[in-house]
Amino acid sequence: MAADTFDRVKKIIVEQLGVEENEVTPEASITDDLGADSLDQVELVMAFETEFGIDIPDEEAEKIKTVGDAVQKIDAVNAAKDA
Amino acid sequence: MSDRGGRCSDLVGLLDGKTIIVTGVANRWSIASGIARRLHAHGARLILTYQGDRVEDAVRDHAEEFGGAPVFECDVTKDSSLRALAAGAGKIDGLVHSIAFVKKEDLSGKVYTTSRDGFAMAMDISAYSLIALVGHLVDNLNDGASIMALTYLGSGQIVPNYNIAGIAKAALESTVRYLAFDLGERGIRVNAISAGPIKTASSRQVAGFSAMPGKVAAASPLKRNITIDDVGNVAVYLASDLSSQVTADVHFVDAGYHAMGMYPEAAS
Repeated sequence: MAADTFDRVKKIIVEQLGVEENEVTPEASITDDLGADSLDQVELVMAFETEFGIDIPDEEAEKIKTVGDAVQKIDAVNAAKDA
Repeated sequence: MSDRGGRCSDLVGLLDGKTIIVTGVANRWSIASGIARRLHAHGARLILTYQGDRVEDAVRDHAEEFGGAPVFECDVTKDSSLRALAAGAGKIDGLVHSIAFVKKEDLSGKVYTTSRDGFAMAMDISAYSLIALVGHLVDNLNDGASIMALTYLGSGQIVPNYNIAGIAKAALESTVRYLAFDLGERGIRVNAISAGPIKTASSRQVAGFSAMPGKVAAASPLKRNITIDDVGNVAVYLASDLSSQVTADVHFVDAGYHAMGMYPEAAS
């Protein structure tokens, strides 16, 4: 898991959800632990896409449950883009 | 100036002195957000509305960006809310309708499984809302004002999974034409803007949506995707006096996709 990706994801989540930085751990559930509602979830994915300049298809976005899932998905999409 | 406004970025001031209500801003990806940005860049004084506490902060942030625009809560399903908007808005030269709602379960699968309740809600919020807004704001509108509503190709063509949203957009486009007739005697124009698929929090509720922009970019004459600023630039034209004899029509901002009868990959 890229540390740089995690830091940027954490910053977005803190801004979007108004949670504390120390709550945003790789294991944290975006809905259960960080309190995101369904609109938050969509907006987070869109914020990740904007921040990293990538497209995350809806069927992939639906699999993102934890902060770590988001980081891994972003790194995977970026790796596929650069390949 | 950023390149977001494309080739229109060197033209400014087309809307100096005009006051325009923009509905439907939910976040920075909203089509209404791009429209508001372009209208503001051309000198319009904006009034923003929002629906529900959930998006109030985002709309207030937008208002600050646009020179401290007044903000009203406006639930288009409640006449009391519309009356409050009419009482507070003052005279206006334009109205942007960028409001729709369809239950997520009605944005996939078979149209014939749609519930009576789901259909009624979609039609109320997505189509009747334009009638209700105009009805309440009719005395606020200056003669020669411009009203525009956001629609989509799925109103007249089959777009899989768009379903009830397309049926509601068909009603909305018809409403645009009848309102244009009603208001024509005052020089007030009513038009629809049919934007190509744009990723927004709303459009992503349509099953399989994320693949659609790529298909349009591949098949359209201009071979590109549409941005919210592209839509905003057409809104500037429709809100301005440049379009003073243009009414009762649907204006496509879709890189020409709507005119295709067969797609390149299917033809080859």
